[in-house]
Amino acid sequence: MRHIVSILLENETGALSRVVGLFSQRGYNIETITAAPTEDNTISRITISTNGDALVIERIIKQLNKLVNVIKVSCLSDDENGAVQREILYVKLLASTHDAREEIKFLCDIFNADIVDVTPEIFVVQFVECTEEIDRFLKALKEQVNIIETVRSGVCAVARGDHYLHS
Amino acid sequence: MTMMSGAQMLVHTLEDLGVEYLFGYPGGAVLDIYDALLDSKKIKHILARHEQGAAHMADGYARTTGKVGCCLVTSGPGATNTVTAIATAYMDSIPMVVVTGQVISPLIGSDAFQEVDTVGITRPIVKHSFLCQKASDIPKYLAQAFYLASTGRPGPVVVDVPKDCVRPSDKFEYPGVSEVKMKSYNPTKQGHKGQIKRACKLLTQASRPVLLVGGGVILGNAADKFNDFAKRVNMPVASTLMGLGVMSGEDPQFLGMVGMHGTYEANEALDKCDLLFAIGLRFDDRVTNDVAKFCPAAKIVHIDVDPASISKTVVADVPIVGQAANVLDQIKEALDELDFENNHQDLSEWYAQIQKNKALNCLSYKDNANCIMPQEVISCLYKHTKGDAIIATDVGQHQMFTALYYKFIKPRTFLTSGGLGTMGYGFPAAIGAKVAAMDKDVCLITGDGSFQMNIQELSTCLEFGIPVKVFIINNHTLGMVRQWQKLFYNGRISSTNLNSNPDFVALAKAYGHEGMRVTQKDKLDEAITQALSMKDKLVIVDIVCDIDAKVLPMQQPKGCMADMFLNEV
Ligand SMILES: Cc1ncc(C[n+]2csc(CCOP(=O)(O)OP(=O)(O)O)c2C)c(N)n1
Repeated sequence: MRHIVSILLENETGALSRVVGLFSQRGYNIETITAAPTEDNTISRITISTNGDALVIERIIKQLNKLVNVIKVSCLSDDENGAVQREILYVKLLASTHDAREEIKFLCDIFNADIVDVTPEIFVVQFVECTEEIDRFLKALKEQVNIIETVRSGVCAVARGDHYLHS
Repeated sequence: MTMMSGAQMLVHTLEDLGVEYLFGYPGGAVLDIYDALLDSKKIKHILARHEQGAAHMADGYARTTGKVGCCLVTSGPGATNTVTAIATAYMDSIPMVVVTGQVISPLIGSDAFQEVDTVGITRPIVKHSFLCQKASDIPKYLAQAFYLASTGRPGPVVVDVPKDCVRPSDKFEYPGVSEVKMKSYNPTKQGHKGQIKRACKLLTQASRPVLLVGGGVILGNAADKFNDFAKRVNMPVASTLMGLGVMSGEDPQFLGMVGMHGTYEANEALDKCDLLFAIGLRFDDRVTNDVAKFCPAAKIVHIDVDPASISKTVVADVPIVGQAANVLDQIKEALDELDFENNHQDLSEWYAQIQKNKALNCLSYKDNANCIMPQEVISCLYKHTKGDAIIATDVGQHQMFTALYYKFIKPRTFLTSGGLGTMGYGFPAAIGAKVAAMDKDVCLITGDGSFQMNIQELSTCLEFGIPVKVFIINNHTLGMVRQWQKLFYNGRISSTNLNSNPDFVALAKAYGHEGMRVTQKDKLDEAITQALSMKDKLVIVDIVCDIDAKVLPMQQPKGCMADMFLNEV
């Protein structure tokens, strides 16, 4: 089962590699990872989506808490009620024929995705949604048009309501 | 304030942090630090003959004193040579600070001469590490390193110092050492009150309890408190390898070591107990045998300072996170509240059962009339030192024989690489211990294989007058591996014979020490007496032993705690 682990990390050299290293060292899996400074640029926010049962997640959180640079860790429940979560998708598509361009426009309209770059041969589409919706969009595209490349940001998430991580 | 170079600040910070002995080895990246060290009146530098030796010495010093052991090495190969020792300290939670030189900052990342990514290489085997960016980081990071190494669950910390941070020409105001506060590091000290109450309630209800003690009680300086507790509840005590010395091996309540080579009575008690009360250990796989079959009838109380150790392998019914000494104080109060003295089960039947198992005498073994047995060497050494010596071992059969046949009486008297099982650990660790406790007998019990892994430190001992006593259980084989080949590989002996050993007696003399060889049973006593009487001499006693002695009892692989191969007598 997928979980989203959210970490506040001191923004020091090597701190991110300790977090990533811990996952590989202990055999935990990283599905996606995002990292960027918070409003306080000495502190970064890391969001990792991972798989595992409750016991594994508990172990991951305990181990993360042991890292000296880690300030706070929490596990966001991976559903709409627990956390607001989005991923950004950029997908570059072959749009050299009229049919292809029509098909791309059609799918973008249905999914509410944006065409953000247009050249005679190639469209770039931007889509900001939850992971599952992005998967569905990609599947639909794949069936109809030629995908040249995809870039996904990984999950970015924040707990709903009064749950928050604070340094 | 006085103006100092980064190197001088480094030395002054170590002085202010209380470092008396620095174990190390110089090189290009640390020339400036070694130069500054010449002016220190407080720090004595012990020049090892290999960086692994230096770092194990710091480890042995730390285990003996409870203080942070410190070592200093150069960049590149100097740093990589300490890796095994850092991992050894990490696995056994030993407070140690390793200062490594690094190439100048502008060259970092350029594959410069003697550059390695020390912080990267050591990342999975340190509690934390620092890479100094500027000279003023040095006092701050060193103070934090000592603080991290010695608090919470102790462990090794690396401080990597680029050469430009210690340049003699750049001077700074030395800020001194101030109290360390780190916002992201707050180890738990006290246990959770409610959990402690639940744990103590279980103590009143148990009719087949076992207390299991681990190295955390030694590291947390809580052995006295543990013994008070054990006496009060009058419950049988078993120990992990790392916990030996907490309760006296002579105590009638003591069952001995648990695990793969534990005593029959200890393992059998765990298998049958209805309460396992464990403190300061992490349920290593050499302790549990098959986790699925571990202590089937028991409720498990697990006390440890590291929350990540709890329910990592064995799931605890009552987890308690806290420092051993504090938690034992809290337990005392809780037992008062429960009026334990008038409110506990009768253990006489349980003790009778344990007595029956003890009477099987699992440590008696088949003697060889013509050849010295390793077991008798250990017993003889125990007889002569009365448990008052500090004993270091290497890894192998001799290590397990020592754990079983030497009755450790006091904490911090048994130095052994438990978690990593590092051959080559013992000799330098013994040197670190002797430096810390010159008034004590420090004995190394080693194998002919292990001793050769850090044998070069004989030269260090001569230079600094460090008279450790070296007892080589010389069986002309890598005994422990041979034992497994005999038991599990149809006796096919593959690369475990050691038929080209040096003449250890001549070797001792070549290094300027004393040496003697014992081959006859009836000469053993005399040789040990003589070696111990040469107070100011390092003596190697080369004891030729039976090649086929086996460490028994031994747990059957994948079995429960009590599934054991026993000695045939
Ligand atoms: C550095 C290292 N290499 C290999 C091993 C694997 N190993 C464990 S015990 C052992 C044999 C040790 O032989 P010796 O030191 O002669 O002791 P004995 O078992 O004969 O008492 C070996 C090779 C180890 N523990 N450490």
